[in-house]
Amino acid sequence: MNSRIRAIVPAAGLVLLAAVPLAAALLDQPFYLDLVRRIMIFAIAALSLNLILGYGGMISFGHAAYLGVGAYAVGVLAHYGINDGYLQWALAIGASALVALAIGAISIRTSGVYFIMITLAFTQMLYYLGISIEEYGGDDGMRLQVKSQFPGLIDLNDANAFYYLVLAILVLALFLGQRLVDSRFGMVIRAAKSNEVRTRSIGFSPYPYRLAAFVIAGAVCGLAGALLVNHTAYLTPEFMNWTRSGELMFMVILGGMESIAGPVLGAFALLLLEDALSGWTQHWQLVLGPLLVLSVLFLKRGLAGLVFAKNE
Amino acid sequence: MNRTLLEVRGLRKSFGALLASDDVDLEVLEGETHAIIGPNGAGKTTLISQLAGNLFPDRGRVLFAGEDITALSAPARARRGFARSFQITSIYPDFTALENVMLAVQAHSGSSFRFWRPAREEPSLRSAASAILEEVGLGGRSGVLAANLAHGEQRALEIATALATRPRLLLLDEPVAGMGVEETQRMIALLSFLKGGKTLILVEHDMDAVFSLADRISVLVYGRIIATGAPEEIRANPEVRRAYLGEEVAA
Ligand SMILES: Nc1ncnc2c1ncn2[C@@H]1O[C@H](COP(=O)(O)OP(=O)(O)OP(=O)(O)O)[C@@H](O)[C@H]1O
Ligand SMILES: [Mg+2]
Repeated sequence: MNSRIRAIVPAAGLVLLAAVPLAAALLDQPFYLDLVRRIMIFAIAALSLNLILGYGGMISFGHAAYLGVGAYAVGVLAHYGINDGYLQWALAIGASALVALAIGAISIRTSGVYFIMITLAFTQMLYYLGISIEEYGGDDGMRLQVKSQFPGLIDLNDANAFYYLVLAILVLALFLGQRLVDSRFGMVIRAAKSNEVRTRSIGFSPYPYRLAAFVIAGAVCGLAGALLVNHTAYLTPEFMNWTRSGELMFMVILGGMESIAGPVLGAFALLLLEDALSGWTQHWQLVLGPLLVLSVLFLKRGLAGLVFAKNE
Repeated sequence: MNRTLLEVRGLRKSFGALLASDDVDLEVLEGETHAIIGPNGAGKTTLISQLAGNLFPDRGRVLFAGEDITALSAPARARRGFARSFQITSIYPDFTALENVMLAVQAHSGSSFRFWRPAREEPSLRSAASAILEEVGLGGRSGVLAANLAHGEQRALEIATALATRPRLLLLDEPVAGMGVEETQRMIALLSFLKGGKTLILVEHDMDAVFSLADRISVLVYGRIIATGAPEEIRANPEVRRAYLGEEVAA
């Protein structure tokens, strides 16, 4: 029964997501296509954060940094007339991985509140850097004149094609994420979260594993940043705002940290709710806040805990 | 049997004004079971922690198989053959018993920078871990979450985890602490089964366990080793009786 639900829910979710472009076309509501695509991009970002937050126990309060780095990698290349998508996205992933390596190498040496503050501080630095570079629009950001070009493969100006690309990347990220957390590597980062002293005592030094996880998470989030800037066709330092990092954390916690799919549920719940409430009242944040507090208090394992059965 | 495996020289550790290890010298022979006894707060756990690399001494040296390991971290010592159990059970509560042990096997069998294949599907990890769970009497409990095991079972699981690293030296900090009579008997049986094949350092308050298992005993009082010797020598040592053993031995 439980294992059946476990098999049915993701399949049903996938069918629903795949049907969105059709439904949006039938209802003549292209807005929904746009909304769900945006949510899926954030779901990829939240999923990447969950690798380190949920599975690794590293409370990174600066994950939006990699959304920003990925977005700027695409935006800056485009600014200089380089529109090749492969190059742009490779740079988005590579630069995010490098930034994560630098930030992780320092912050993972600390723990607890210090870790939270250091990851936040680094992200704020990048945020202010974004604001200060006039060449790239400073505070205002800049338009992405031309979307990433993948000649012969896909045209991102085709809303449906772009949608399915994002969906495919999300599914791939879910699949690879599951492989990762079940692998030897995944077992070590989960173990280090569960009981660091025990983990050291059996012979693992957690640092290199944590750092590798941090870099992988940053790289995947960088890809989400590349998607996001193509989605909005606009780039601003706000991508790296600390409130963004907070939102990503919320998606993870709301969705559930103990499963790979949890943050995806969290992203959908948070952003759909945000959308519905903001259409209803301009004081929507006053409603959203308490709802989030309640969900944290009463859904110990997040939305995923409602949907999926617990192991054992 | 008479080669020195572990040698401790002039180990000193203070916490503020408190001297928890006061020039400790200790020699542990290959294959022996060496018990460390002493009253509460004598510094037994502090000593074990310095041996395992969880805590670093202010002064003194630790030599393992002739190598100076004083500056090595706990993981580095674990890779050289140290394994420890903690006074307060230290396991992965949210992993199953089998996963707890498999992880320890994994730590000593090849690289863990492997990202693709599910670890739980590696037959070599599974079979090695299952065999060890069998050995400590948890064969039927392998699928149970460690958090849901009984206290005695959790202690046995911790020993299994230590064994899974195929250690040369096993450091056990009060393995029967908090156990009922029956559980204690079972743990003593397990330890006497292990003993001989392995070198053991056993910290224990339970004198039945100590005198039935130990080849030699060191007595630690206020951070100092006041005597080391065979069980009957320790039993007869007047200083030891005065400082610590008195009541229990007389009873
Ligand atoms: N991290 C620490 N900071 C300060 N004092 C400590 C610390 N660890 C231990 N102590 C003190 O050092 C002394 C020795 O402690 P330790 O835990 O080694 O004793 P023990 O012999 O293991 O005692 P028990 O039989 O109760 O387990 C105690 O007085 C304890 O309070
Ligand atoms: Mg102690």
